[in-house]
Amino acid sequence: MSTIRIYVPIDSSALSLGAGKVAQVIAAEAARRGIDVELVRNGSRGAFWLEPMVEVQTPAGRMAYGPVQPKDVAGLFDAGFTGGAAHALSLGLTDDIPWLKKQERLTSARIGITDPLSLDDYVDHGGFAGLDNALAMSGAEVVKTVTDAGLRGRGGAAFPTGIKWNTVLGANADRKYVVCNADEGDSGTFSDRMIMEGDPYCLIEGMTIAGIAVGATQGYIYLRSEYPHAFATLKEAIRRARAGGWLGDDVRGSGKAFELEVRLGAGAYICGEETSLLESLEGKRGIVRFKPPLPALEGLFGKPTVINNVISLASVPIILTRGSAYYRDYGMGRSRGTLPFQLAGNVKRGGLVEKAFGLTMNELIHDFGGGSLSGRPVRAVQVGGPLGAYVPESQFDVPLDYEEYAKHQAMIGHGGIVVFDDTVDMAHMARYAMAFCAIESCGKCTPCRIGSTRGVEVIDRIVANEARGRNIALLQSLCDTMLNGSLCALGGMAPYPVLSALNHFPEDFGIARSAAA
Amino acid sequence: MSSHHPAVDQGHIQSLIDRHIELPGALLPILHAIQDECGHVPDDAVPLIARSLNLSRAEVHGVITFYHHFRSHAPGRHVVQVCRAEACQAVGAVALEAHAKKCLGIDFHETTADGAVTLEAAYCLGNCALGPSLRVGDDIVGRVTAERFDELVADLRAEVTA
Repeated sequence: MSTIRIYVPIDSSALSLGAGKVAQVIAAEAARRGIDVELVRNGSRGAFWLEPMVEVQTPAGRMAYGPVQPKDVAGLFDAGFTGGAAHALSLGLTDDIPWLKKQERLTSARIGITDPLSLDDYVDHGGFAGLDNALAMSGAEVVKTVTDAGLRGRGGAAFPTGIKWNTVLGANADRKYVVCNADEGDSGTFSDRMIMEGDPYCLIEGMTIAGIAVGATQGYIYLRSEYPHAFATLKEAIRRARAGGWLGDDVRGSGKAFELEVRLGAGAYICGEETSLLESLEGKRGIVRFKPPLPALEGLFGKPTVINNVISLASVPIILTRGSAYYRDYGMGRSRGTLPFQLAGNVKRGGLVEKAFGLTMNELIHDFGGGSLSGRPVRAVQVGGPLGAYVPESQFDVPLDYEEYAKHQAMIGHGGIVVFDDTVDMAHMARYAMAFCAIESCGKCTPCRIGSTRGVEVIDRIVANEARGRNIALLQSLCDTMLNGSLCALGGMAPYPVLSALNHFPEDFGIARSAAA
Repeated sequence: MSSHHPAVDQGHIQSLIDRHIELPGALLPILHAIQDECGHVPDDAVPLIARSLNLSRAEVHGVITFYHHFRSHAPGRHVVQVCRAEACQAVGAVALEAHAKKCLGIDFHETTADGAVTLEAAYCLGNCALGPSLRVGDDIVGRVTAERFDELVADLRAEVTA
């Protein structure tokens, strides 16, 4: 009998539900039965509610089974799952699972399909075609392609990536850097992690293209310390890419150099802010810098620096492979391409949903998400991380587009969507937003450092009904100061969740709905 | 003073420093290397780092205390981090946090009397579709219930002291 290929994800979320143990038990059971099995530890397809999801390669395609627990393994072998046979946990052909089939996966196309560390797999699935194209182009042509694709910063700020690159390209310096912001600190987000664990060469390729385009020879991935598996995967992927000639002094014989190193952060949310991140990479406290100068001109160690989020950089290879028009044709308005949304919190079918901009929250949380995990009505959704607004049901039909969300005092940010059911206390969530800001503030500017602590106190007084009307006015004034007076987005945006909670859910603060502004 | 880890060998600390000193922006890699080996960054290491990097002790101290990850005192045999962020709160993290503190009889940043577990807060472990989540060592655990937490702690306590 020929070797049967079985896939068991090595993604952190799959592991968090026992995928590691499932893989061990499958290997042991196959050995016991004398069945020749090749166990591939792939990334996750992102359908986390089905994890641990095991796939078997059959002539018809990959058959999925899930969620598989160690106790299910013997029964799966008995049923003949190695031949793709039916079982109570059968999900059919993976590619036909509607939740996956309805997606538009450009950036995350390979996650869950390939062996993350196999260079052969990566190349067989279209990897490095973008880099090969970029090596045949001038830097200016590469930058123009990225600009024309309409790619905007996926970390949250949505600044056009090509324009940033163009500034670095035009800067004169003896040394330039590419820095990847992999400090994915927003609650409700995990797409960066999934790329790094599930398709690390895609990020490496994107960074190499950036380096070659702007003339940078050294790249750093600044990774949060909460991602130990991603750290191990990236280190090994960089080692193999270098050994394969995809990194180093002479990338693919082009005569161009690009080196890459992954560095660990140390548990500071503020280091997701780009200037704070650069300080941290330099070995200092992660204190926010004044801008200007822009990092594009005076960034890491004072040199011109491209600093982009993981998803921004991982979207570059497909743009260089398929051309700017291909990517730009997805999306709406000025939000071009796709975004890997992350469905999280109290949601039945959570995970990674990559779609073109323009779909609605209703489609995401009901069609994909299947409503709340608890089965109770969905009351609020926090979009864009801890600094994003709480969106009420009345706005679930607003298209997910950077500008449309901004019109509603909300933001898409890094695409994290945290669902809450009707048991949520929005005054508690508002208080948490201020408390989080107080814990994570770098302390450089007063509105953020002091304002966040005062904010917690004022919300406590509102909830305790101490001079409620006056304290609400005070909270609004405090938020106004933080919004307009903070040095960076931490203090400058922490008021969004607070004010949206207050405006959309006043009853949780002890205010009659009709009395609210 | 905690005594879970052996006394710090200054020569060993210096060798960890020397291994990373050529890196641009070497301080964080050095601190990680020391904490990975010793479980914390001992106060005795600060002058060595400062001298090696031509920094003041105050600057090194300032960096250590800025980052939540670095600690100056030895933790218990296991560090358990409970996620407090919004996505986990949406599925019961507040109750889990209360249960963890009650079950262990300690608050965040404290260590149980038997030295088995240090409890820490985390602000997102990137497992947001499968909360409530916690981290033990390098393992992330999802969908943690009170019962699951108790089992985990029992397992950790049962592990033989290294």
